[in-house]
Parts: sequence; structure tokens; C-alpha cells
Amino acid sequence: MRNQNQSRKYVIGGMVLLVSVIYLFRLFYIQVIDQSYKLSSNNNSRLRQVEFAARGMIFDRYGKVLVFNEAVFDLLVLPQQVKNFDTLDLCGMLKVDPAELRESLKKAREYSRYRQSPVVRNVSPEQIAALQEKLYKFPGFSIQTRTQRKYPEPIAPHVLGYVGEVNASDMTDNPYYQMGDYIGKSGLESEYEEILRGRKGIHFMLVDVHNRVQGNFDNGRYDTIPEPGRKLTTTIDAGLQQYGEQLLAHKRGSIVAIEPATGEILALISSPGYDPNELVGRVRGQNFERLMNDSLNPLFNRATMSRYSPGSIFKIIQALIALQLGVLDEFYSVDCNKGIIGCHNHPNAHGLREGIRYSCNPYFYTVFRRIILQGKSTSNFRDSEMGLSTWTPMAKNFGLGQVLPVDIPGVKPGLIPDVAYYDKIYGKGRWAFSTIYSNSIGQGEVETVPIQIANLAAIIANRGHYFVPHFIKAIEGIDTIPRKYTRQIGTGIDSRYFDIIADGMAEVVYEPGGTGSRARVPGVVVCGKTGTVQNSQGEDHSGFFAFAPKERPRIAIVAYVENSGAGGTWAAIIASLMIEKYMNGSVTQLDKEKTILEYQQY
Amino acid sequence: MPDQRTNFIARLDWLTIILFLVMVVFGWMNIFASTYDPEGAGSLFDFTQRYSKQFYYILTALFLAIVVLTIDSKFWSFFSYPIYVLMLLVIPLTLLIGREVNGARAWIFIGSFSLQPAEFVKFAAALALAKFISRFNFQILKFRTLAIIGIMIGLPMGLILLQNDTGTALVFLAFILVLFREGLWWEVLAIGGLAVLLFVLTLLVPLPVLLPVISVIALGITWLYQRNLKFFFTGAGILGGLFVLAWLTGRYIGKEFSLTYLFFIASVIAFFISLLIILRKKHQPLLLILFTWIGALIFIFSVDFVFHEILGDHQQSRINQILGLESDLLGKGYNLNQSKIAIGSGGFFGKGFMQGTQTRYNFVPEQSTDFIFCTIGEEWGFIGSLIVVGLFSGLIIRLIILAERQRSVFSRVYGYGVVSILFFHFAINIGMTIGLVPVIGIPLPFFSSGGSSLWGFTVLLFILLRLDTDRYEVVS
Repeated sequence: MRNQNQSRKYVIGGMVLLVSVIYLFRLFYIQVIDQSYKLSSNNNSRLRQVEFAARGMIFDRYGKVLVFNEAVFDLLVLPQQVKNFDTLDLCGMLKVDPAELRESLKKAREYSRYRQSPVVRNVSPEQIAALQEKLYKFPGFSIQTRTQRKYPEPIAPHVLGYVGEVNASDMTDNPYYQMGDYIGKSGLESEYEEILRGRKGIHFMLVDVHNRVQGNFDNGRYDTIPEPGRKLTTTIDAGLQQYGEQLLAHKRGSIVAIEPATGEILALISSPGYDPNELVGRVRGQNFERLMNDSLNPLFNRATMSRYSPGSIFKIIQALIALQLGVLDEFYSVDCNKGIIGCHNHPNAHGLREGIRYSCNPYFYTVFRRIILQGKSTSNFRDSEMGLSTWTPMAKNFGLGQVLPVDIPGVKPGLIPDVAYYDKIYGKGRWAFSTIYSNSIGQGEVETVPIQIANLAAIIANRGHYFVPHFIKAIEGIDTIPRKYTRQIGTGIDSRYFDIIADGMAEVVYEPGGTGSRARVPGVVVCGKTGTVQNSQGEDHSGFFAFAPKERPRIAIVAYVENSGAGGTWAAIIASLMIEKYMNGSVTQLDKEKTILEYQQY
Repeated sequence: MPDQRTNFIARLDWLTIILFLVMVVFGWMNIFASTYDPEGAGSLFDFTQRYSKQFYYILTALFLAIVVLTIDSKFWSFFSYPIYVLMLLVIPLTLLIGREVNGARAWIFIGSFSLQPAEFVKFAAALALAKFISRFNFQILKFRTLAIIGIMIGLPMGLILLQNDTGTALVFLAFILVLFREGLWWEVLAIGGLAVLLFVLTLLVPLPVLLPVISVIALGITWLYQRNLKFFFTGAGILGGLFVLAWLTGRYIGKEFSLTYLFFIASVIAFFISLLIILRKKHQPLLLILFTWIGALIFIFSVDFVFHEILGDHQQSRINQILGLESDLLGKGYNLNQSKIAIGSGGFFGKGFMQGTQTRYNFVPEQSTDFIFCTIGEEWGFIGSLIVVGLFSGLIIRLIILAERQRSVFSRVYGYGVVSILFFHFAINIGMTIGLVPVIGIPLPFFSSGGSSLWGFTVLLFILLRLDTDRYEVVS
């Protein structure tokens, strides 16, 4: 019997004990000392089930639905459970490309084999109904319900804006948002996000690895119930909005209509636009890209972002400032000599009203000269500087050269130049009236956006004050709208001067030689002014702003049609039709309507 | 007290039997806890649920145990080789008629009933090895003997590898402990340990740091053999010189060594053989240092090769997970991470029987088979872990005592075979669930659900108990 290595039993026994002791130390460490595994364990088996709150609906001023919600379905996959399935059958039911499905399945697998991720988003209810019956054939797939925006009429895309999935910066800015949440990205959806979104509910569930719910976590102690978003009533007149979009169809331009007495925006149209339903759901990505790349720029809100020279419309501002400064009276006359500044052929303007009626350039050249060069200094340069520093704040009082705090994002300020502005370009004391006189007729450096001109129409309609234009009329559960929209803002110009302007603007439309006769509306006195915007890139933009009726005005409006020539033609007709539509509810000037509808730029 | 020499029942080692029964019952409780679905199914005894199946497996195992005890111990010694050959013949059957489960073609299905033949090869191999070593005039330190033993162990390993069941194949490496007990050079064990250490270090530590480490090891080994300062310092000097040389070549050649990996593998084998020869002859200490150092260097490069070229993606990543070089908690690292979470969340006292959220809700994969220890850790806490580790070390130590008290070499060697197999399963299985060992899919003996493994281990254990009852008989 050989047993010479008997002592080696201690080595073997020692190894067994050593391993046991090491394991016990390790076990003691992970089970008793290290607490992180307990935390992971809780996170692991606790599912944060988010119950999305339905977004608030949006209505027009008469209670007509502009935006509502529709249930949509996402197809989720748990890669671990997926067995061989009939890809073509699934793709056929959901109308997706098999390659696309394979790609998103691959992505889901790469994310995690044990967590659910969406593979097909926004499946229609009809497709879901078909799928539901056959779901048993596709192990690992499940359906999740969400709501998505739906627009009964394809109108006001720029006003309503769109909703999209949150991005990284949204989530860092506001911890409320988590991956996969939705947020208003533009328009009212963005401005009133917190009111519209409501509050999502969070439901903590105990789940197994397949996310199969096993019960409530801690009896629902940490659960919150979703609060649906609040309803929003806007100032939009859906009928008018739709009509305006129809008029601007196939043209580049914009219309803004405001109720002067309140600053409520009745319609805001930017053309070309798009059907808001295009930016919802599965088609959103591709449509967004198409719209982004469209050379006509349909996503761009011309009404709040297009910076035009105001053109002749600006003559009204010059007149009002001059009147207030006392450098002009209503009977002042100027020979239209076309010496320094060109003009069209018209009789000499006798008095301010005719100056407006004929839109006489030399007239307002003189007016602006009187404002800027008041002879307070012997130096022409110094005098110009003093004159401009008086003029700039007065012009800005009309809501120009600054962002009107309208309740949609992205409104542009335009430009009212001041002394510093010219100093920067030419150097201090190196410019004079002769440098800046183009501004007298709204060319030169001044720039406005259409909504500012609509507001200007409202100011004249109100004879000297305005309310910040806004879309909000009522918020469910709140009695008032934001204070900034109910505060009357003055212009610092006496209201009697506005009567002269209103007279002049009425003459523009109704007197012989007036540039805006096409703006007439049967049975209503329209006050308007053309504004032909010279445009270095092509034909002039046609602009027209107006309010009506002359007494107790109910609508102030601006219309622009880009590259369409003089303001008296297209823009005036559009303003006329819009005013009639709003005042009378229907349009009788069918010949005008036909002309407009037949005019197509693209 | 009945006389052990005359009473069979009294000669049985009841301590082992009790440990066995406790393990099986505790194992079943945990299988029940991790697979019981209150909505799922009705009776405890229908054959549809895992825990009810396991119940029948346990009954069968007990029956098998009794059968084994009634067979004469000479049967096992006499029929060792035939049993071994028979089992070897069964494995290839799975390749022909077997079905693939989890990537391994290791099961034979008979109706709804499945059998994993590899589980029965373990005791067969232990028997054959015992038979071979107990031969008259057996000398382990002969090339021919070692070659035969290598074939005896290598054959089933190779066949099981063909089934793509790497875990079970690795179990056969455990027999090295048996050989060690029977007089294999202890250096083999030491070099094995060093190799594992180097393997881990190679993957963890960059080469420039590793080289000094190897140098120190090499010097240490030399010191052990030749406590001679002159040699020691000469060795250190040579190593330093080599170091500078390597550094200089590295600088000029850059990182790209043009030596082929094939050369390295050949060198590794040559190195280990020559190392053994040198160690036995106890001379030429300088050569020893050089060999150790160069050998380790070659080994490092071969690790790189083996790791990247031979190991599959999932094997690589399992090793990386353990070493903390890779963390992909939702993908490849999922199993290990979930396993640790389950065990770690158990705390000191555990969450209570059937209260484990991690294991009950299927976060842990294979939670009733290879990862059964997660359920124990989660529901029974550190106390439960302590009990299980205690049961295993207790059983294994007890078996060492049983093996050592055998008069027959056959019985002793077989006893160490059982010890080696159980120790390997215990160390690897629990080690993998707590992240100390790469994930290798082998069951925890007596605990994991599954008939084949339970029966295999039962037979393995009870043959030893049967042999032990005849320990007083004088053998030739």
C-alpha cells in the first residue's frame, strides 16, 4: 500500500477552506456591507410606468376645435422573447419596410435584450386592430397606447406649432422631462407648454425581467395620477384664418388681422404653409425634412419673422411724429418736384391728407427733414444727431424696433435705427440727414415685420394706443389671461392727430388719385395705406395695411404678397376680402376673389 | 452501538448522508421558490412544473442511491473500465440524436424527458482513474503513466467539448487534484496557479508593468531553490540587463513584434517541459531564472493570442466582465450583474422564503439551474450563503477524511475524484454568481434543478459511500 503523500490532504483541505473563506468574505461584502446592490434591486424590479397626460385641446375664439388628441399605438419589442416570426406578415400589417423593421429590431437588441423599446411608432388604430388578433404569433412584441395631436382643419400651422420628442437640452433644462416625453416645439404648443401638457402620472410597479407587471410597488404609495392638460381658447377666427390661407395659396406672403380694441389676433397667415397633420406621427420625420429643405421655406413664419422695409406705410409714422413735434400741420403742402427723391405722377398734395392719399415721396421727405433738422444746432451733423435722437424713441413707441411680446416664439424685432447705429456705420459726427433720408419713405435702414404693421393699423384704429397682439383668449381653470395682454400701451401721440391720419387713409381708398381704391368693401368704410417695398432681390413686395370701419374699428389688418409689384394691387385686394369676410361673414366681391385665387406664384 | 465491522448500516457514513439530504431538500425549496408561479399551475406533483419535476428527480435519486449501496463494491472496481468505455460511447450519441439547448448539443431527449450523458461521465472517469492508479506497481512520475492519464482525462473532455459544453469539459481539469494527492510534482499545481495569476495579470496590467512582476516571481522561485546570494544577484543582474535590452528593442522596433503566435505556443509547451526537468534536477539556477522569465513572457503573448484568437466573443467578454474591463449591464454583462444584484440585495437575513423579487421575477437567468445560488443569496441572505458554503466545505472536508481512511488505493483515489469534482463545481458555480470567476455554465451539485446532474452527483457520492462501507476489508 502506497500512501506516501498523505500530508498533501492538508493542502487539498486547505484549498477548500481557503476558497470557502474567500467566498464568505465576498458574500459578506456584497450582501451586508455594500448597499448599492439593494438599490439596484429596487430599480430593477420597479417599473416607472408613465401615464401620459392627454395634451390640452386648442379652440378658436368661437369654440371651434383647432387641435385635439387621437389615440396612437406604438409597437414595442422585448428582444429576448422574440422568436422566429413572419417578418413579412408583420410588415404587411403595419405597412412598414421589412428592412426598416429589421434595422429597428437590431437597434432594440443593441440597446438591451431585456428591456422594451419601440420598434414601430404611431401605428394607426386600424392596423392595431388587425395586429391585436395576431399578436400571439409574434412573441416579444406588445402594444403601447399614447395620444397624438390631430387637426380637424389643416389651418394655422405657424400659430399652433408642433409637438415633438424631447431632446437632450430639454431634459437638462427641466427635470420634468424624461426620454420619450413629448414637448411643444414651436408656436402655441411651445408657448403654453406647461398649461397644455398637464402632468404625467407615474405609476410604480413591481415587474419581472420581461416587464410583466407583478403588482403595485409599495401599494402605490409613490404613485401620482396624471392631470390632463388644460384647454386653451385662442383668439383665432378659424373661418377667417382658413379664408386667408385660401387667398394666399400659391403665393409667398403673409396676413395678420387684429381686433384693435383688444389686441386679439384674429388670423395670422404665412404662406406657403403646411398641413399641421404632416408633422405628427410616423410621417413627421420625413415631412419635417422635406419642409426644411423646401426652397419656399414653409416652416418659416413670414408674419412674425420676415423683415421688410415698411415702404410707404412708414409715411404715417413720420406724419404722426412730425405732428406731435409741431413741425407739421395738417394744411402743410409740398410741390411734388421729384428733385431729391423720386415719385410717381400725381397732383401736388395740398395738406397732409392728400400727401397720404397720393403717397407723395417729396412730401414725406420734407416731413422727415423737418423732424431731423430742427435747427437746434448750427452744425448740420449735430443737428441731425439731435433730430434722430428725438425721432427714434417716438418711432419705437409704435411697437417698432423691438420684439412685440406676442405669445408665439420667434417674433423678430425689426429695426428702428438710432444715433448709435449710424455712428457705428459712419463714425460719430460723420453722418447727417442726407445720409438717412431714405427712412422718410420707409426705405433705408428701417425694417419691420408684418405683425408690427398690423399692430400699427390697430394703433391708428384706436387713435393712439394698442394692446400687445396675442392669441390667448382663455385658459381653462384660470380667470384671466396674462396681464401683459390686457394693459393698454400709449404711443405718446395725441389722439387728435390720428383723426387726420384716418381721414388720409380713407382718402387713399375712396378719393380719386388714392393708391388703395381696390381695398374698398361694400358697406364699410375702409382706411388703408399701400406700402410698396423695394426689394433688391426681385420685384417689389406688395404691402397694404388697413383698418375698418373708420369709426369704431373692428379689424386692423396687414397683407403682404412678396414680389408681386405695387401695394395697391394684390395686397389691397386681399385686405379688402379679409375685411369683408370678417365684417359680414361672407364675401360678395367674387370678381376680386377670383382674381386673387387665380394669381399663382408657384 | 452496533459493531461497525458486522453491521452494514452502522458502517455507512451517516454524516455524509445527512449533509446530502439537507442539501437536496434545501435545494428543492429554492427551486420551488424561484419557479413557483401562483397563477401558473395546480398540483405540486404534476409533471409540468420545474419544482414538481425536481421532486420526482429527487425520489429517483434516492432510489438510485439505495441501488448503488446494494451493489457490491467490487463491482465498481471490477467494471471501472467497461463503465468508462460505455459512457464514452454514449456521449457521441448526443451528437447524432441529441438536441441543441443553449448552444450545447449535450442532451438526449426521450419524449419530454431529457438526459445529459456528460453528467455520468464524471463518476465513470473517476472510477477509471482510480482503477488505473491502483494498479500494482503504479508510478505516477513516469512519462508513460502521465500520458495514459492524460488520455483518460482528455478523451471525455474532448468529446464533451465537441458537444460545445465547455463548462462540463473543464470539470475534468479538477482531476489534477487527485494526481497531486497521488504524488504528482507539487510544482505542477504551483505553475498552474501561477499561470492563472499571469493570465489575469496579462489581461489587466500593461506589459511594461508586467515584466518587472514576472522578474520578481522568477527571482523568488530561484531563491526558494537556491538560497545563494551570488546566484540571486547574478540573476537579478541578468534580468536587469534583459529588461534594458527589451526596453531598447521596444523603442527601436516599436510595438510590433513580428514573431508568430504559433512559435509562442510551441515555446510555451517546450518551456513548461524544460522547466519541469530543471526543477527536478535542482541545478543551474541561472537557467532557471531565465527560463521562468522567458517562459512567462511567452505565456503572456500566448494569453493574448488565446484570448483574442481562440476564445469566442462571449467567452472573452465573460472574462472581461470579471476583470472589470467591460461593463455592459444590459447586454453581455447582464447575467453577472443581475446575479450579483440578486445576491447582494439579500442582506444579512435575506428577504425570506419566496420573497426574492429578483429571482422570482426572472431577472436572473437560469435561476433554478446554474444560478440557483442567487435565490439562496436573495431569500436567505448572508445566513443562507454561510449555510450553503458551510455545507459544501463540510461535505468536501468530510469526503477528504473518508478518502484518507480507505485502505484500498482504488477507494482513496476514487474518493479524491469525488472531492475534486465537487470542489470544482462548488468553487466555479458560486464564484461565478458572485463575480469572482467567469461565467461557466455548470450546476451547483445537489442544488441546481435538473435530473441528470442530480443523479450523476448522487451516484458519484454513493459509490464512495459504498466503497467506504468496505473500508475494513483488506485489499490485495
